[in-house]
Amino acid sequence: MYKIVAKKELAPKIKLFEVYAPEIAEKAKPGQFIILIIDEKGERIPLTIAGYDRKKGTVTFVFNEVGKTTKQLGLLKEGDSITNITGPLGNPSEIKNFGNVLCIGGGVMIAPMLLQVKALREVGNAVTTVIGARIKDLLFFEEEMKALSHKFYVATDDGSKGYKGLGFLKEFIEKDRFDRCIAMGPVVMMKTVCEITKPFGIPTIVTLTPIMVDGMGMCGVCRVTVGGQMKFACVDGPEFDGHLVDFDGLINRQRMFLPEERLSSLLWEKLGGCGCGGK
Amino acid sequence: MAENKPTPKVKKKAVPMPKQKPEVRRRNFNEVALGYTEEQAIEEASRCLQCPKPQCVPGCPVEIDIPAFIKLIREGKFDEAVKKIKEKNSLPAICGRVCPQEEQCQMNCVLGKAGDPINIGRLERFVADWERQKGVTIPEKAPATGKKVAIIGAGPAGLTAAADLAKLGHEVVIFEALHLPGGVLVYGIPEFRLPKSIVQAEVDYIKKLGVELRLGYLIGRIHTIPELLKEEGFDAVFIGTGAGLPQFLGVPGENLGGIYSANEFLIRVNLMKSYAFPEYDTPIRIGRHVVVIGGGNVAMDSARSALRLGAEEVCIVYRRSREEMPARKEEIENAEEEGIICKFLANPTRFIGDEKGWVKQMECICMELGPPDESGRRRPVPVKGSEFIMNVDTVIVAIGRTPNPIIQRTTEGLAVTKWGTIVVDENGRASLEGVYAGGDIVTGEATVISAMGAGKKAAKAIHQYLMNKK
Ligand SMILES: Cc1cc2nc3c(=O)[nH]c(=O)nc-3n(C[C@H](O)[C@H](O)[C@H](O)COP(=O)(O)OP(=O)(O)OC[C@H]3O[C@@H](n4cnc5c(N)ncnc54)[C@H](O)[C@@H]3O)c2cc1C
Ligand SMILES: Cc1cc2nc3c(=O)[nH]c(=O)nc-3n(C[C@H](O)[C@H](O)[C@H](O)COP(=O)(O)OP(=O)(O)OC[C@H]3O[C@@H](n4cnc5c(N)ncnc54)[C@H](O)[C@@H]3O)c2cc1C
Ligand code: SF4
Ligand code: FES
Repeated sequence: MYKIVAKKELAPKIKLFEVYAPEIAEKAKPGQFIILIIDEKGERIPLTIAGYDRKKGTVTFVFNEVGKTTKQLGLLKEGDSITNITGPLGNPSEIKNFGNVLCIGGGVMIAPMLLQVKALREVGNAVTTVIGARIKDLLFFEEEMKALSHKFYVATDDGSKGYKGLGFLKEFIEKDRFDRCIAMGPVVMMKTVCEITKPFGIPTIVTLTPIMVDGMGMCGVCRVTVGGQMKFACVDGPEFDGHLVDFDGLINRQRMFLPEERLSSLLWEKLGGCGCGGK
Repeated sequence: MAENKPTPKVKKKAVPMPKQKPEVRRRNFNEVALGYTEEQAIEEASRCLQCPKPQCVPGCPVEIDIPAFIKLIREGKFDEAVKKIKEKNSLPAICGRVCPQEEQCQMNCVLGKAGDPINIGRLERFVADWERQKGVTIPEKAPATGKKVAIIGAGPAGLTAAADLAKLGHEVVIFEALHLPGGVLVYGIPEFRLPKSIVQAEVDYIKKLGVELRLGYLIGRIHTIPELLKEEGFDAVFIGTGAGLPQFLGVPGENLGGIYSANEFLIRVNLMKSYAFPEYDTPIRIGRHVVVIGGGNVAMDSARSALRLGAEEVCIVYRRSREEMPARKEEIENAEEEGIICKFLANPTRFIGDEKGWVKQMECICMELGPPDESGRRRPVPVKGSEFIMNVDTVIVAIGRTPNPIIQRTTEGLAVTKWGTIVVDENGRASLEGVYAGGDIVTGEATVISAMGAGKKAAKAIHQYLMNKK
């Protein structure tokens, strides 16, 4: 059992949990993820590690309430427990002094991006950050990110804050010479970033989030095509060279269980599991 | 005594196993074979000739004293019969159900020459079930030795090693990466062949011996083996991480929706209980026309699970012929009785998707059997120009599994073969001091009983190592 020691709402439907998991906290590194299962009937879902405190023995993750499991998770309170958390999983990010790094965090993945930015700064990189979301209300960690960045930009899909879309990247990529780009966020966003950085030859690292079950290389549901080869995102990744990733294949595989996921979420709400009393 | 020689009185036919009827069981996940009654068990046991030089015993990978336990059953001393088996095999309820007895003990039984061999597996299962219903007694443990052993992986190899070491008085901790213990017994072999309550009972027994289970610990990521030995205070480590890495065909279209590895499919169905979706949260989608690629136990289990999930038609596509199929004969028969179709001498060459990225067709090529290969089986070779198309909406790829790689990647100095299996000596000792390994991680995909035997052997060697260590 893993106890939730702190819970925060960062934006509508985006929640942060800090859980007591000293052994995971001890070993966690930026770029890795955990898999949790809320209770014995639950699904195993992967979430990226967004922070850890080795002294307190806690691990932090931030999630978006998109379906049954994340909505159910969102109802848990401080002091409640999660049946099982497995981690850390996946390979840690490569953290070293690359020079001038461009970090782009989209949506809920702004949270783990903050952890990476911290780590990159600690080893001496100059970091330019961009955070993005669909609309301005869904942005979070602006101040924290700004404080760590040499340059800081905001973008939203609808232009309600900062730049509209990511098109603006082209202009300043031409001016600033970046040695590396790191993108974490929705697949479509990472795909766009890669299309922009490729002509400039900037090595671009993306975090792939295919559907996963075990997260340890046993099922193959997380297979992605990278450089024409089949890779398992959970053990070979989750970070890959974005210029080699087949994003369309990934988008297709992420949609595989859409009808079942909708059914599960709908039924749960109908039965009042969401706490609305079946209304 | 007349008992020693075949007499005309010996019944040639085995007592048949009561089973669920095919038309009923093909749509439920309850156990297919129902087990002998006391009378049936005694009747079957009475056929045994009590051979002075029993042929069955050398056929058993852990050399259970088969005639002795059968004699005890015949005399109605079920308690003593279980004890006899447990001298060598700590998981009889499981082995009685899933061991390939027809290739092991039963293959050698003298009665098999002119009739049915003794049904040793069913008798083993009978006494183990009898004991479980009555309540298992916990054996006495040796006094505490003050030594600590880490077991990695809670499959049959790890569970057996843990039980034996705990009985010898060592402090034992099992680290299992999944959220439930059992290895293939819980995530692979389906409920209708091996009810999960039986695996749970074995795990409970091991816990009662004082073994600590830590679930959700992927060793190699959370602690490495050197860390367990140097920082976490363990005196020895046993690796029983199994062969769980799924193989794919490597043909175009394999990433389309609706194409599962057998492991994914079985993990969803068994470990995550997708068959009870949406009561359980993990979804599974099963189409009307399911094909399973492969010819082993894993293919059979996948096909029979797909049928139970409501598929209209399930077809197994295998590249060799029936004779070469590695699955247990009994399970092939069970599958065919349930209405599963086998298509032999065919192999997929590509998958074709619909506009939504879901598989809709599979192209295959016909095969013919050439001269035997290294495995001694005739090698299948494609027949030029014989491609044909099958309409499918679910594909399950069950063409083999290789060793889980994480430990090997994260343990410096651990000797590994080019197939990724861990190198050990005849006692299960690996190339690093205090490190032992056994089961599928050493042999590649094998059997429950061989994994269990390896766990036992390593436990013995670990015990010696610990007692000699200052
Ligand atoms: C390595 C990895 C790290 C991740 N890190 C985070 C994180 O830090 N925070 C976070 O909120 N989410 C993260 N995700 C995604 C998260 O696991 C899914 O959102 C979650 O499983 C959805 O479960 P659900 O039952 O609530 O929704 P479901 O009912 O399963 O799905 C609801 C919707 O979410 C989509 N979805 C399902 N699985 C994924 C997925 N793997 N990636 C993207 N969309 C998906 C579905 O297509 C559907 O539209 C990560 C995924 C991976 C593989
Ligand atoms: C579908 C299927 C049907 C089968 N049917 C039969 C049958 O009828 N009869 C038969 O005799 N055999 C059968 N087998 C084979 C048999 O199940 C295996 O040979 C046996 O389970 C091997 O045991 P093991 O203990 O070596 O490994 P496993 O049972 O594979 O257990 C290994 C365990 O280690 C865990 N693990 C892996 N890596 C790590 C890590 N780094 N840290 C912590 N834990 C880890 C895994 O999660 C797993 O729980 C079948 C196999 C399958 C897949
Ligand atoms: S089981 Fe068969 S081989 Fe073994 S003792 Fe009985 S008759 Fe002989
Ligand atoms: S999630 Fe199962 S292999 Fe990656």
